[in-house]
Amino acid sequence: MDTHAVETALRWIVLVPLIGAAVNGLLLRVIPRRVAGLLACGAVAISFALSVRVFLRLLAMEPAERLVTDTLATWLTMGRLTIDIGFAMDPLNAIMALVVSGVGLLIHIYSLGYMAHDKGFNRFFAYMNLFIFAMMTLVLGENLVMLFVGWEGVGLCSYLLISFWFNDEANAAAGKKAFIVNRIGDFGFLLGMLVIGSTLLPHLAPGEGVFSFRTLAAHAPLLAPAATLIGLLLFLGATGKSAQIPLFIWLPDAMAGPTPVSALIHAATMVTAGVYMIARLNFIYVLSPTAMLVVAIVGGVTALFAATIALAQNDIKKVLAYSTVSQLGYMVLACGVGAFTAGVFHLMTHAFFKALLFLGSGSVIHAMSNEQDMRLLGGMRTEVGIKGRTFRRRRVALAGVFPFAGFFSKDEILWKAFSEGNVWLWLVGFLGAGLTAFYMMRLVSLTFFGKNRASDHVKSHIHESPATMTMPLVILAVLSIAGGWIGIPHFMGGANHFEKWLEPVFHHETVAHHDGHGILQEIEHGSLGETAGTLAVTAHVVHDVVEGLDHAEEEAMEWTLASASLVWALLGLTAGWWVYNKRLSLATKLQKFAGGVPHRVLLNKYYVDEAYEAAFLKPGYALSEKVLWKTVDAGLIDGLLVNGSAITVSIISAVLRLFQNGLLRFYAYVFSLGVLAFILYFTLTA
Amino acid sequence: MSFITDHILSWVTFVPLAGTVLVLLLGASKKMARIIALTVALIDFVLSLHLFKHFDVGNAGDQFVEKVAWLADGKITYSLGLDGVSLFLVLLTTFLGPLVILSTWSAIQDRVREAMAFLLFLQTAMIGTFLARDMLLFYFFWEAMLIPMYFLIGIWGGERRIYAAVKFFIYTMVGSVFMLVAIIYCYYQAGSMELDKFMLLDLGRTEQMWLFAAFALAFAIKVPLFPFHTWLPDAHVEAPTAGSVILAGILLKMGTYGLLRFAIPLFPDAALALGPWLAHLAVIGIIYGALVAMVQKDVKKLVAYSSVSHLGFVVLGLFSLTATGVAGGLYQMLAHGLSTGALFLLVGIIYERRHTREIADFGGLAHSMPAFAVVFMFVTLASIGLPGLCGFTGEFLILFGSYTSTLLPGAKLLVVLSATGVILGAIYMLWMYQRVFLGKLVHDANRDLPDLKVREWIVLIPIMIFIVLLGVKPAPLIERMEPSIERLLAPITQKTIVMDSHHAAVIDPALQVSERTEDER
Repeated sequence: MDTHAVETALRWIVLVPLIGAAVNGLLLRVIPRRVAGLLACGAVAISFALSVRVFLRLLAMEPAERLVTDTLATWLTMGRLTIDIGFAMDPLNAIMALVVSGVGLLIHIYSLGYMAHDKGFNRFFAYMNLFIFAMMTLVLGENLVMLFVGWEGVGLCSYLLISFWFNDEANAAAGKKAFIVNRIGDFGFLLGMLVIGSTLLPHLAPGEGVFSFRTLAAHAPLLAPAATLIGLLLFLGATGKSAQIPLFIWLPDAMAGPTPVSALIHAATMVTAGVYMIARLNFIYVLSPTAMLVVAIVGGVTALFAATIALAQNDIKKVLAYSTVSQLGYMVLACGVGAFTAGVFHLMTHAFFKALLFLGSGSVIHAMSNEQDMRLLGGMRTEVGIKGRTFRRRRVALAGVFPFAGFFSKDEILWKAFSEGNVWLWLVGFLGAGLTAFYMMRLVSLTFFGKNRASDHVKSHIHESPATMTMPLVILAVLSIAGGWIGIPHFMGGANHFEKWLEPVFHHETVAHHDGHGILQEIEHGSLGETAGTLAVTAHVVHDVVEGLDHAEEEAMEWTLASASLVWALLGLTAGWWVYNKRLSLATKLQKFAGGVPHRVLLNKYYVDEAYEAAFLKPGYALSEKVLWKTVDAGLIDGLLVNGSAITVSIISAVLRLFQNGLLRFYAYVFSLGVLAFILYFTLTA
Repeated sequence: MSFITDHILSWVTFVPLAGTVLVLLLGASKKMARIIALTVALIDFVLSLHLFKHFDVGNAGDQFVEKVAWLADGKITYSLGLDGVSLFLVLLTTFLGPLVILSTWSAIQDRVREAMAFLLFLQTAMIGTFLARDMLLFYFFWEAMLIPMYFLIGIWGGERRIYAAVKFFIYTMVGSVFMLVAIIYCYYQAGSMELDKFMLLDLGRTEQMWLFAAFALAFAIKVPLFPFHTWLPDAHVEAPTAGSVILAGILLKMGTYGLLRFAIPLFPDAALALGPWLAHLAVIGIIYGALVAMVQKDVKKLVAYSSVSHLGFVVLGLFSLTATGVAGGLYQMLAHGLSTGALFLLVGIIYERRHTREIADFGGLAHSMPAFAVVFMFVTLASIGLPGLCGFTGEFLILFGSYTSTLLPGAKLLVVLSATGVILGAIYMLWMYQRVFLGKLVHDANRDLPDLKVREWIVLIPIMIFIVLLGVKPAPLIERMEPSIERLLAPITQKTIVMDSHHAAVIDPALQVSERTEDER
């Protein structure tokens, strides 16, 4: 294969969806639906095919050299600051690109059926293609600024698609909320970039792209002094995009968008951008144990916290949304404990099974005339054949049962958390995993089993979906099962191709060694030692245990934990099955437990939204309106100072005007008074 | 053609003035007046393209220079010049010129001839301000801008137009008077009104402080910098659309341009000493403007306050006193000219249809005017600095330049504070968008509004194209700006080099001492 063609293929992976979006967007009113749909799907198909092509190329290369770059132009040169417009694909980019375009393609096809009767059909596909463009820019951008361009771009598409049915004010509000909460994260991201740039720029040769990932990786040791600050600032961005505490609040509301959007953007791809970013910049994160610890804690806590909320939700999409927040928490936790491979692995398997879950729930909603309340669903198994089957499969995958994909990825994360010596984080993750099994079983039980609780009118409309909708479900189901197999860990006799594939990306030590600057290496080694040291201190409880184990024992430990999590997951599943199928009275009892307070707290998501509203929004608005605008602006500055001085001038002039009344006798009178005063003064002082 | 190209700057400056005369002579009918004005503005735009095409990239100094003795035995000259800083501001002016005239096509129905004459006269004054290289000539153009603007607001404005016009006039005059005094003082020191001669002045520190303050006050009012901004919301709300577009698009940039062209290079010591104060005010303005914009009930007033916020970014960039920050500031001036200019055009379009700008009177407009809603969204995104559109480039450079600035004390904190503007901008713009365009059509009056007309598209499309171009391809602009910016900052750079070597001289012995003590141990 011609190298140049492969390189330029990179830009087309990104640009073809943009062209699709532009054509559909500009010809919105004239283009027939069928053409618009095919065009959009075709654009993503091309993007996917090209991604596969470049991926194959990478596969044929030596592992250490797996990198294809395509630089289009210099975006900006200002002094020493150089920023390129360019794309790159290394093993990590490749996984992301394949997942985004692959899952993206399936969801585009699914949408052909799902959105078939929507009057905004063409607009929908224009937005979707625009999203693929932005997401591809994010995952293939060769520097941090390109990543940021995509980062904000996907935020925009998310905004547009959440408020897609803007007739309902609630949808519009949800879209706006998503954008603004993400902007808070972007604020951190932007500052993180500034710190990176200002730290690195003085050390670079002119023309060297300061934000290029290759430059950053090569000079990572120089960033060591600022690594904690950089790591935390960028992580603020990640908490926005990947819906972690404290910025997770937008994602559940984002379910206001059409279900394919929830599947593609708010489950499979965009929300993983934060995880991708941390993994991409792993060489910076490992320099800062503090940043890593914060990442791990936030991820772990989010995973458990969101899982508890999911227990009590009744809207099928809300359950899935909180489960997404929780799963993203696991990925973030993985990155935080240095298990980047496991994080990305879970990212991929999650993309498959969560897309499937959403599309499956979409099919249910579609079949049930847009009913999303699980209490009104039920018995879908008998009504809708294929949906029931695929949906259950993914539930099992998410719940993390061997040998489905979710098991290997989540188990990997928990093991890494444990072996890194943080037993608390492991425990948090472990608890969350059991809850996941429970709430997913609750979802499946309520939706597919039992009696159909819908009204007769809705029942009469229940229908199986067209092939465009079922085919993607089947493919995703297969991927959900098989996707995990490429990462079967060594201790189970697997080859763990996944880990090997990503090794060049996450083997940052080797990169530093190539650097050749002796001092830099020392910094590097110093901080690496520090990383290990701090992690050890944080969990000295287990540290000794793990340290003492030889390899065989370690493997045994891994087996033990794996079995434990399997048993735990099965336990959760059984409990969920039992409560919501066999003993619904028990479910009611659970709700009423302790006066119903725990249930109410969970149902209302710990009142986080309300707390933010009371703490920030209301006071902020009141401050702006009452103090800044009405008092400071209109009252103080404009009223007192500006118009006040104008009034003063006019009063003085009004007084002075009295003396210029044009009456000659008045002038003579004043004049003589003056003369009199003059004479008087001199006679008295003399 | 050489009689044009030899005096291209004069042509670009005075063609609109000639247009004023033409309109007054021949524009008896509304249609005639409009067509003459539009043609003249288009001619002026084409002429200004010559400047871009023949601009010598990499040349920091003034190009296309024209200089003739004018008054006082040649101490006062008619001197024009164009460098990388003036270039794009002139282009922005000539670019918006025809679009503004087109936007008045149906909005202004009485005294069309006078309106066109004022618009063209204003264009001459604005271009002249950017090109003048003689201080008296500059002051002349600077004050000349006030007259047409005063009448545009006072005659074609809204209900409280007289109040707004007088406020605008007096406010700006107050600042200018001090600047005039400062100019005259420098004139007696330099023995000439030429800017080049002013640059050679060796002024004492105290002198510089006073002179800088006088200049900065005039410019700060024009920007407008917090707390000198209260004329702006009134002027904007009362001004006709054309007036608002010019006001936001170009007039405000006179302030920031003046700071960059005169205040900083002429009085470097004072700029170093007092600049941080202005930077602090700028950052207050960024946050304050955004918060106050958030709670406005009138769309136009909201956009007006957003200008206070955006221009705060520009001033911060300028007083980072780094080339990157200044380039960002200059870039942001252009971006703001496009995006806010477009926002005022859009507000004008809806005002023409509904005769209201109250947010509460709208809601669900996207149903009745989908194309208008899309364009408004697009411009909103540009305004809040979405990467890939014009707003981001400038903001990024400003923040980057300021963050790395060594001459601005507390720069990092200022950057953190001002970066919250990124969040606040999204809040006030998207919230306004939601209330105006999304949701159900609640008011019947909005049900059958016609969507964008061809003429309105013609006005908006060029701006949208440049909004994208400035976002995607900043390099051609930056490379033309950069040398001139370095040149304007040279007096500052020289001062700091002197300071640094002074520091080094102080520190060196200390170092030696400490080395010695270590040796002794």
